[in-house]
Amino acid sequence: MTTKTAAIALGASASKIVPLSITAMLGMFVIGFVGFSHMEVVHNAAHDSRHSLAFPCH
Amino acid sequence: MYLFRNIVLAAVVSGLVSGLILTVLQSYATIPLIIHAETFEGKGEEVGHSHSHAHDEGTPAHDHGEEGWTPADGTERFVYTAASNMLAGIGFALILLTAAEALGTLNGWRSGLMFGLAGFLAFSLAPGLGLPPELPGMPAADLAARQLWWFATAALTALGLGLLAYTKAPTLAVLGILSLVAPHLWGAPLPDTHETAVPLELHARFVASVFATSLLFWAMLGTVSGVVRARLRGGEEAYSNGAAEPVR
Repeated sequence: MTTKTAAIALGASASKIVPLSITAMLGMFVIGFVGFSHMEVVHNAAHDSRHSLAFPCH
Repeated sequence: MYLFRNIVLAAVVSGLVSGLILTVLQSYATIPLIIHAETFEGKGEEVGHSHSHAHDEGTPAHDHGEEGWTPADGTERFVYTAASNMLAGIGFALILLTAAEALGTLNGWRSGLMFGLAGFLAFSLAPGLGLPPELPGMPAADLAARQLWWFATAALTALGLGLLAYTKAPTLAVLGILSLVAPHLWGAPLPDTHETAVPLELHARFVASVFATSLLFWAMLGTVSGVVRARLRGGEEAYSNGAAEPVR
């Protein structure tokens, strides 16, 4: 992968930027889906979980 | 992409474990109170679910009736709650591990626990100060406004804690304290009225239960993330020293 080889050339901390950006976005996407999605079906399925984790609900 | 793979694997393991334990804790501590509160729902003013549908409803897959699909009480509801908790656990673990990796790395249960406690402060306690955990049937301000405040508060609290823990300059410490305090000075979006049919005593017990279970959940999430991350480093040697040969 070109990004990886370029990142290795730049050094350790720079090589972390791409994977860490992806994991951060993935995490926010998952939280957004479980805790924030306005879709009725998702809301009802995650209902007790949302209330118990103190997400804004209803 | 070894770092990516290792973070995702560690997040999945700790999210599944902590989410499952959280579900067990919740089924004793919070869910009975939610079910109790539902008996009051609609008895006060007409609260109901405020549907804020997106404009492009392309797939009305489950759209029969007013309320739409809901898991049946009992096992089905429990299973969906467990699945949601585990997904939330994976999501929170991804954010926790990303933050830890950006600031260094997790090298065992202790550093994991510290990040877990920070996660509790940022994602449970700080947003909960302005928007206390709600029971069904309680009045609340506009959903989108509360979600925005919740997200901003979590992000600013995480930033503030990070600045306090990882920087040395006094100005940055002041900036850290400001970002901890700012969301609460701004104020959370509040409903016009706090009138509800839900008894105050029930809500008080619920708030305490949510914070207690969330604290245990975050402590578990951080600890397991730390333990798994410390063991799971396959392939990352190439990142740190640029050498192809793995150093062990």
